[in-house]
Amino acid sequence: MSDHNSQAVARYRNNFLKEVEERVEEGEWVKMCMQCGVCAGSCPFGAHWQHSPQKLFMMIRAGKREEVLTSDSMWMCTSCYNCVVRCPRQLPITHIMHGLASYAHRLGIAPKGQPTREFAKIFWDNLAKKGRVNELKLTLSLYFKDGLVSGIKTAMGMQSIGLGMVKAKRLNPMEIFGGHGLKDLKGFHAILAKAREIEDKRKGLT
Amino acid sequence: MAKKEYAFYPGCSSQLKASASNYLTSVSSMCKTLDVKLTEIPDWNCCGASIGYAEGGELPRIAINARNFALAETHLPGQDIVATCAACWLGARESKDRLDASSTLMKETNEALAAAGLHYKAEVKIRHMVEVLIEDFGYDELKKPMKKSLEGVKFAGYVGCQTNRPFGIDGESFENPKYLDKLVETLGGEPVEHYDQKVTCCGGALAFSEPEKSQKQIRDIVESAYDHGAEMIVTPCPLCQANVEVYQSEINKKQGTQFNMPVLYYSQLMTVAYGGSMKDAGLDGQLIRAEKLEVITKK
Repeated sequence: MSDHNSQAVARYRNNFLKEVEERVEEGEWVKMCMQCGVCAGSCPFGAHWQHSPQKLFMMIRAGKREEVLTSDSMWMCTSCYNCVVRCPRQLPITHIMHGLASYAHRLGIAPKGQPTREFAKIFWDNLAKKGRVNELKLTLSLYFKDGLVSGIKTAMGMQSIGLGMVKAKRLNPMEIFGGHGLKDLKGFHAILAKAREIEDKRKGLT
Repeated sequence: MAKKEYAFYPGCSSQLKASASNYLTSVSSMCKTLDVKLTEIPDWNCCGASIGYAEGGELPRIAINARNFALAETHLPGQDIVATCAACWLGARESKDRLDASSTLMKETNEALAAAGLHYKAEVKIRHMVEVLIEDFGYDELKKPMKKSLEGVKFAGYVGCQTNRPFGIDGESFENPKYLDKLVETLGGEPVEHYDQKVTCCGGALAFSEPEKSQKQIRDIVESAYDHGAEMIVTPCPLCQANVEVYQSEINKKQGTQFNMPVLYYSQLMTVAYGGSMKDAGLDGQLIRAEKLEVITKK
């Protein structure tokens, strides 16, 4: 168990709902779920969720902390917002799923090697570096995340698409040497660092 | 002086030689015809997109969006922020709504912004380019500068997710928004009826991390367009455009389909109808060429 995780267990003991309400983005909405299941039926990746959102909500109320936070399910969210607009109680389900996944990731107990977890981290690190996304490096980091050999294999498989994009001037091979970035990168990084510090403090994750 | 002015938030994918650079090309051409002046928010940053949630957390994402707002308020006072990318629009608008609703978040965000000498006053309005077209111009106004009709071309209006949910455009329904169809009709084209994958998710960012699951979505979207007699797909979202166009060859390879369906932006259709060249409309940026539109540009 990571430090943050064991501290959270000690602090909230058996009250997982309270932990979610205080630490997960939009977590205070969880108790409003009335278990109708419209979210499950509305999800484009619904078939791939071991626990649908309404199940996760009930599991939170039942205190099934480990099952929820180590679940692969909320990583299936494509951010399509179908559940949000259809929920009769108007729960911001997409955000709660993001919040649960992000919290589990922050505690270090989200499933290891989960592809969306890995890609999400690559994406954020990519944009945080220069303030804007470097699409070439983003793609390459994803291909090569499991090492050189599998990276070359994936990249070769996608070669015709990549070349097509370069030819259509929608991918720039020169981005490898830098690419688009902010003038006030120092300020941007200062904002990020400060925001992280405030949020961690508020959530007791320092 | 231009008729209308906006603080422009193009987003990462619309930059030079990025995956939606042809979107930007066509938006610029379209706005020139409509006498719209777009001034880029100086030194704007990425919105974090939806997929930024896992590593980014809540406040850092809101704070970087607020950085753009503060820059717009300072350098382009009084102008609405206009985004062309669905994710940029959503990320920005969501951040603004959260800030409006919570004085705590507002205080914390401004504390973070102060680290770069910035301050957000909560004066901005966040809009999507499609809202500008429909609300500030309206279909009749958009028809006026037309030089060519898109007559005889059948389009499947693929709205997708984030230009539709959760905010919607012009108060239209989430299940069956009509604005793309109306826009196609305005330009003389033929919107296909009952296109049942109109608001289906293409997988979004998970096209990268869960390619097989996403390609099933994309297959449905393209297949249904064929089934309903469409010759092209038109969309307002750069990620929808890229996913639905780029992966057709992969799906063909893996599943033996023969997809070859062009996927266009509404702004490309408008540029062609306004008499723009192939280059003005960014048609040279298609991986799957939109030949019928290319022919119209040469008429």
